[in-house]
Amino acid sequence: MRFIFKTQYEQDISLLKHRGQLFWYGLLLAVLIAAPLFLDRFYLGEISFVFIYAIAGLGLMLLTGFTGQVSLGHAAFLAIGAYAHAYMLSKGLAFVVALPTAMILTGIVGAIVAIPALRLVGIYLAIATLAFLIIVEQIIIRWVSVTGGGRGMLVPPVEIFGLAVATPGRFFYLCLALLIVALIFVMNLLRAPSGRAMIAVRDSEIAARSMGINLAKTKATSFGISAALTGLAGALMAHHTGYISPEAFTLTISIQLLLLIVVGGLGSIHGAILGAIFVGFLPQGIALLRDTLPPAIGEVPGLEPGVFGLILILFLLFEPHGIYGQWLKVRQFFSEFPLYRRATNKRQKTYLRTERVR
Amino acid sequence: MSFFRASNLCLSFGGIRAVQDVSFEVEKGEVFSIIGPNGAGKTTVFNLISQFYDLDSGSLHLGETDLGKLQAHDVANVGIARTFQNTELFEHETVLQNLLIGCHVNRRSGLFSELLHLPGARKQELEFRQTVEDVIDLVDLQAYRYQSIGSLSYGVRKMVEIARALCVKPRLLLLDEPASGLNPEETDDLSFWIEDISQDLGITVLMVEHDMSLVSRVSNRVLAMSEGKLITIGNPGEVQRHPEVLEAYLGQSEDAA
Repeated sequence: MRFIFKTQYEQDISLLKHRGQLFWYGLLLAVLIAAPLFLDRFYLGEISFVFIYAIAGLGLMLLTGFTGQVSLGHAAFLAIGAYAHAYMLSKGLAFVVALPTAMILTGIVGAIVAIPALRLVGIYLAIATLAFLIIVEQIIIRWVSVTGGGRGMLVPPVEIFGLAVATPGRFFYLCLALLIVALIFVMNLLRAPSGRAMIAVRDSEIAARSMGINLAKTKATSFGISAALTGLAGALMAHHTGYISPEAFTLTISIQLLLLIVVGGLGSIHGAILGAIFVGFLPQGIALLRDTLPPAIGEVPGLEPGVFGLILILFLLFEPHGIYGQWLKVRQFFSEFPLYRRATNKRQKTYLRTERVR
Repeated sequence: MSFFRASNLCLSFGGIRAVQDVSFEVEKGEVFSIIGPNGAGKTTVFNLISQFYDLDSGSLHLGETDLGKLQAHDVANVGIARTFQNTELFEHETVLQNLLIGCHVNRRSGLFSELLHLPGARKQELEFRQTVEDVIDLVDLQAYRYQSIGSLSYGVRKMVEIARALCVKPRLLLLDEPASGLNPEETDDLSFWIEDISQDLGITVLMVEHDMSLVSRVSNRVLAMSEGKLITIGNPGEVQRHPEVLEAYLGQSEDAA
C-alpha cells in the first residue's frame, strides 16, 4: 500500500500526486505518441474518434458530473461547434482562427441556455435542454444559406499554418493534443475556486449560497465551458467525417454522451476518458456480436440503441460510480489485500438534511 | 449604534405569521442566543438574515449595511457565515474540499487565471490552504482532513460545518442548533470552541440552541421567542426564570388557569 508523506501544501495542489502517476501517465502518453507508427489508418481513425468523444464527454462531465445539471442538449452544442467551424472555414478563415471562434460562440450559446437552468432542476432541465436540441435541429435544417439544410455541407481539410493535417496520423496527433489541453483546463478549473463552486452547487445549493457562491454565475460558467468543450469536439468531429448534416446530431448522440459519463463514472475526470473508450468501441463490439448471434436476434433493427439503453440501466442499478468506481474498488482490494470485506464499499446512508428553502 | 440590528422583523407564510415584530440588537464580540420551543421561528430569523426569505416588513443591518438590499450570495461577502440545523455539507467531497469552498468569498482570481493556473491562482490556493489549516487546528479536525463527508459521524459533520463557516472569515457567525445530535462530551468541546471563536477570533456569535446548559455557559445574552413573537431578552438566568418563557415551554400552570 502506498503511503504518501506530505510535507508541502503544493503536493495537494499538483495535478500528478506522486511519481507512480508520473510514470504511468508518461508511459501512456509515449505509447499514444508512438501509435501512428504501428497502427493502421482504421484504428487511428477510431482512436481519434475516441479522443473527440472524450473532449465532448469532458464537457458534459463538467456540467453533469461536477455541477449536477443534466443536459440532453449536448448534441446541439456539437452541431453548433461543427457548423460554426465549417462555415467559417468555407468563408476562408484559417483553422487556428475558426476553431477558437467556434468554441467561444458555442460557449456563449451555452451560457444563454443556462438562463432557464437557474429555475429548472432535474427532469425539467433535461426536458428544457431537449427542447433546445430540437430547436437547433430545426434551425440547421431551415437555415440553408449557412448550413446547406438537409443536404449538409462538406468540411474543408485541416490546415495549420500551411501544414496540411490530411493523414490520419496527423489528425490523431491534433485530437490528442487538444484532448490534453482540454484535460489540463478542466483539471485546473477543479483545483480553483470556480470549479469548487460548481461542486458546491451540485451538492447543496443552499449551503453554496450561504458560502457566497453566486448560483447564476456558477451555472452559466459551467454551461459555457461545457458547451465550448463540446463545440470543440463538434468541430473536430466535422473534420473526422469530412461532411456534416443534421442527421449527425440527433438525440441519440446526446444520450450516448450521457451514457458515456454514467458508464465512465459520474464526477470523475477518468470517467470521461474511460466512458469515451467504452462508447467509442461499443458499436464495433455490437457489430461483432451481430455476426455471432442467430439472425433472429442479430439482425433486429435498433439493436444498437437497445444495447446502449440496457447498459445505461444496468450501470445505474449496479455500479453508479461507473468503470472508474469499479477500478478504484479493484485497486483498493489489492492495496489492502487481506483486509477487504464485502461491506467495505457498502453504500452509506445519508443523514437528514435541512428542509429546502426555495 | 449596535453592531447588528434587527428591527421589527415580520414574515408570514400565507396565513401563518412566522415572525411577528421581532427586534433585537447584538453588540460586537457578544455571544447572543435565541431560544424557544419548536416552531417558534428561530431558524426563520436566521433564514431572514441569510436572505433566503424576503422580509414582509422591518429591517436588518450589519454595521452600516442594509442586508435587505443584498442577494443571498452577497451576505457572506459582508461577513456573515452560518451553519445549518441538520448540516448542509458538500457530501461527496472531502473535509479539505469543503473547507476550501468556505474560502470562496475571499477569492480574487478570475476564471481565466484559474483555467491556466497562473501563479496568482496558485498563490491564492496556498493562502486558502493556510486559512483552512488554521481553522483545522482550532477545531481539531486534523484526523479527518482527507475523509469524505459521507464517511463521518454526525458530531464530526457538525464541527466541519462550523469550520467551513469560519473559513469565510466572518464578522458575524450564525450557528443553527450546533449542539443538536452531539453527545455530552462533544457538547462540552463545543462550548470551549464557541468561547475561542468569540474571544480569540473576535467573531460575534448569534446562536439558536435548545441545550440550556450550553446556552447559559456561553451566552452573554439570550432572546426567547414563542410562536413568532419575542418574549424577552436578558442574561441567561433571567430569561430562564421569566414566567412567560416557562409558560411557552411547559404550558400554563394550573392555578394560573
